[in-house]
Amino acid sequence: MPSLAGLFFWIMDKFKDIKKITISKPLKLDCGKTISNFPIAYETYGKLNHEKNNAILVFHALTGDQFVTETNPITNKEGWWITAVGPGKSIDTNKYFVVCANVIGGCMGSLGPRNINPETNQPYGLDFPVITIKDMVRAQETLLNHLGVKKLLCATGGSMGGMQLLQFCATFPDKTFSAIPIACSSSHSAQNIALNELARQAIMADPVWDNGKYFLKNVQPKNGLAVARMVGHISYLSEKGMQEKFGRKLQEKADYEFSFNADFQVESYLRHQGYAFVERFDANSILYITRAMDYFDLSKQFRGGLVEAFRNQKTKFLVISFTSDWLYTTKENKDIVIALNSSGADVSFSEIKTDKGHDSFLLNENEFLKTLKGFIDSMYEKFKNEKGI
Amino acid sequence: MKKEFKVIAELLPDNSRVLDVGCGDGSLMDLLEREKKIEVRGLEINNDNVQKCILKGLPVIQGNAETELHQFPNQSFDYVILSQTLQAFYNPDKVLKELLRIGSSVIVSIPNFGYWKVRINLLLFGKMPITKTLPNSWYNTPNLHMCTIKDLFNFCDEKNINIKKVIGVNQDKTSLITRGNLELKNLFSKLGIFLIG
Repeated sequence: MPSLAGLFFWIMDKFKDIKKITISKPLKLDCGKTISNFPIAYETYGKLNHEKNNAILVFHALTGDQFVTETNPITNKEGWWITAVGPGKSIDTNKYFVVCANVIGGCMGSLGPRNINPETNQPYGLDFPVITIKDMVRAQETLLNHLGVKKLLCATGGSMGGMQLLQFCATFPDKTFSAIPIACSSSHSAQNIALNELARQAIMADPVWDNGKYFLKNVQPKNGLAVARMVGHISYLSEKGMQEKFGRKLQEKADYEFSFNADFQVESYLRHQGYAFVERFDANSILYITRAMDYFDLSKQFRGGLVEAFRNQKTKFLVISFTSDWLYTTKENKDIVIALNSSGADVSFSEIKTDKGHDSFLLNENEFLKTLKGFIDSMYEKFKNEKGI
Repeated sequence: MKKEFKVIAELLPDNSRVLDVGCGDGSLMDLLEREKKIEVRGLEINNDNVQKCILKGLPVIQGNAETELHQFPNQSFDYVILSQTLQAFYNPDKVLKELLRIGSSVIVSIPNFGYWKVRINLLLFGKMPITKTLPNSWYNTPNLHMCTIKDLFNFCDEKNINIKKVIGVNQDKTSLITRGNLELKNLFSKLGIFLIG
């Protein structure tokens, strides 16, 4: 059993091999502070072709990272979107060049609260500036220039990834030929802010959190972070899906134990998910990223509302929602479609029937994966025929 | 290629902006985009059809025309097409009003309930008609509000909707329908295509 410090250095050592660029150009954040010389960690799959017209940018969700597919070298688990991305899959890495970057505020190599604050030579903790979805997106745009991609074939993302994508299209209207926002929203709803607040309060209520200074003792507020993750997991499923998966089934026992141990399978599932999560994620990162989600309101940024955000869009959109998603409902996704329509943009919309809730975009949902593939392949044919890329 | 689509395509100028309401699998949109460089958009309720459109790279919005036309701004299209669906709405009059709000012109095609074979079915056999354009039985037909070419003519007059052109289709033959030949054409056209607005 290695010591905690040993473990820390072992983790840091693993991070040494991941792809990173340092962005030297100062980035003025929405909060008013400026960051410069900061790292953006990323991963790529497939090859950029000679014409440079096969690049697809993927934006990851709250607890995702740049390791979209194959094996995540840090966790040794499958990439979070292995169902959709890979050789022969919907986003075919034999054909397309897939890029994904870790968001700033995250904990997979991009600048985040775990990084060293040059002013104190200590990890930032709560001295890290509060970031926004727009800050995340602007940092990632710099990466595209570094990779030599002038215009993307497609950009996509689900959940917070979809929110980043909408921001990306609004801020850089001519940077991608097509876009697929999945199960997302153009402004975070009261319900979603409330759920994020629940997650944050769980972390902050853990005494180990210590105002975000837990890193000084090389520990993590595991209990609080696990509860935060449990909240998330409930919101990613649907009532029906949960009932079908767990019902009132007991966890490896014949009857109630008359205790507070995990009698029910659903309890056991949540505990497992919660405590597995603390191994790979930083508690302060959850605070910062959920805050960025809560502040997201695209219509507020543009004075005439959401329609103005999409004014002069040349990007071809496909918005996808899932019938049983109560976190980012079809209604919220349709509002995006209506705004795109009103601004005259080229937009398609598909609502996928499923009981799997918000999580559906990460699962083997056949109809969803077929739609994704069909759209991207047809966009590639159109993009190839466009002049003057 | 359906004759109806050819007729509709001929009514549309190149490079115009067209919304196809109830666009099905996108056959018409595909034709208009390829051959007339028309900027097309579709609205379709059926999931499989939506997928088919997306696979063809055609922009389509999944939704119900009866309740979701409000998302399209006033006069945002040069033409709005409604092919053989008017009779399936709960409120065809309201839908038509919406179409006229969205498009400068509207093309509506209807299976003609005044077609002679339909009339014979009722008159001689006393049965609800089943034909190629009306293939369902009375109990499972999606057609709630059947009408004849004459009915739609009169409807437009009543509502002060400008009729620009009406074309009758029977198999491969098409003919111009006017007030003058309406009685006859109403008997011999399987399909009526109205350009209004």
